[in-house]
Amino acid sequence: MAALINVPAKGRRGDVIEIRTLTSHIMETGFRHTADGAPVPRDIITSFTCRYNGAEIFRADLFPAIAANPYLSFFTVAKESGKFEFEWTGDNGYSSSASASITVE
Amino acid sequence: MNFWRAIAAAALLATTPALLAGEIPPDARRSGYSFMGPDTRAMQDDDTSNPGMLFVLDGEALWTKKSGSADKACADCHGDARSSMKGVAARYPAFDKALTRPVTLDQRINLCRSNHQQATPLPYESRDLLALSAFVAHQSRGAAITAGDDPQLKPFVEQGRDLFMQREGQLNLACTNCHDDNYNKRLAGAPITQGQPTGYPLYRLEWQTLGSLERRLRSCMTGVRAQAYDYGSPELVALELYLMSRARGLSVETPAVRP
Repeated sequence: MAALINVPAKGRRGDVIEIRTLTSHIMETGFRHTADGAPVPRDIITSFTCRYNGAEIFRADLFPAIAANPYLSFFTVAKESGKFEFEWTGDNGYSSSASASITVE
Repeated sequence: MNFWRAIAAAALLATTPALLAGEIPPDARRSGYSFMGPDTRAMQDDDTSNPGMLFVLDGEALWTKKSGSADKACADCHGDARSSMKGVAARYPAFDKALTRPVTLDQRINLCRSNHQQATPLPYESRDLLALSAFVAHQSRGAAITAGDDPQLKPFVEQGRDLFMQREGQLNLACTNCHDDNYNKRLAGAPITQGQPTGYPLYRLEWQTLGSLERRLRSCMTGVRAQAYDYGSPELVALELYLMSRARGLSVETPAVRP
């Protein structure tokens, strides 16, 4: 699925940087019904993790009350050049990933 | 005498809408963007927080994906959308010579699919159609709207204008009663905008997805308790055409974000 990641391309060592992620997902709550009364099964992202050069730096659990196309932003300290890896997992075996690189001087 | 004064005031109020009825002068036209709060504006302005951009990304992938029995992708005829589709959405709905009537961008995409790709048309409001139309319209971001300039479209613009002025539904309201006469005011908590369709298909937070102008028009019709026209009906296309011609000169914002 499409994902939009905003990680600064460059940073100085020790800088606090903001990471913003947006991913495509319907986040169907499971509480709704169709016009003829049949329940619409739940289909949400349940977990998000961010790894910085392999080490987990951020994790979030997601729940039915979260809107479609979840947007998450968080902060970390730029320690070294490398790669951020993002992973979203959810109902019905959903899994999606993205990555972004940073150069730390 | 207060009683008579109240009646006179009520009579005056009742006639006021008719007195005020009229089109918005060109220099007073404003995009719905200017009616939004700072948070929603920020969401639209930053391409990495604008959820509409997710659909644009999907559309970009579909642009180069082969489809139909002709085994052709959009890119096989149109090439790089960044140059070939630049400014195109600002002219839509446009006159189709073969059909001798205006077609919307969604309908144009489907005509291309059936005529050139030999593929099945995509259903209205389906993710793929919205994504393709968002991707195409995104190439016109910043371009000034010129839809309706074609003289062949004149009768259809007129038809759309008549529909815009036509009262309908159990609430007996015309589009003009809110969007010409009472913009800048509030309906419940929400601002009444001028109804300038600058950013379609746009991401509505209420819908939690991208939606077309036709979807927006249909929900307004349901709001005034009228029977909404079907997707792709000549009336909706005419309304869409009138609205685009009414927004002449405003910039395309696709994909816009609206509350």
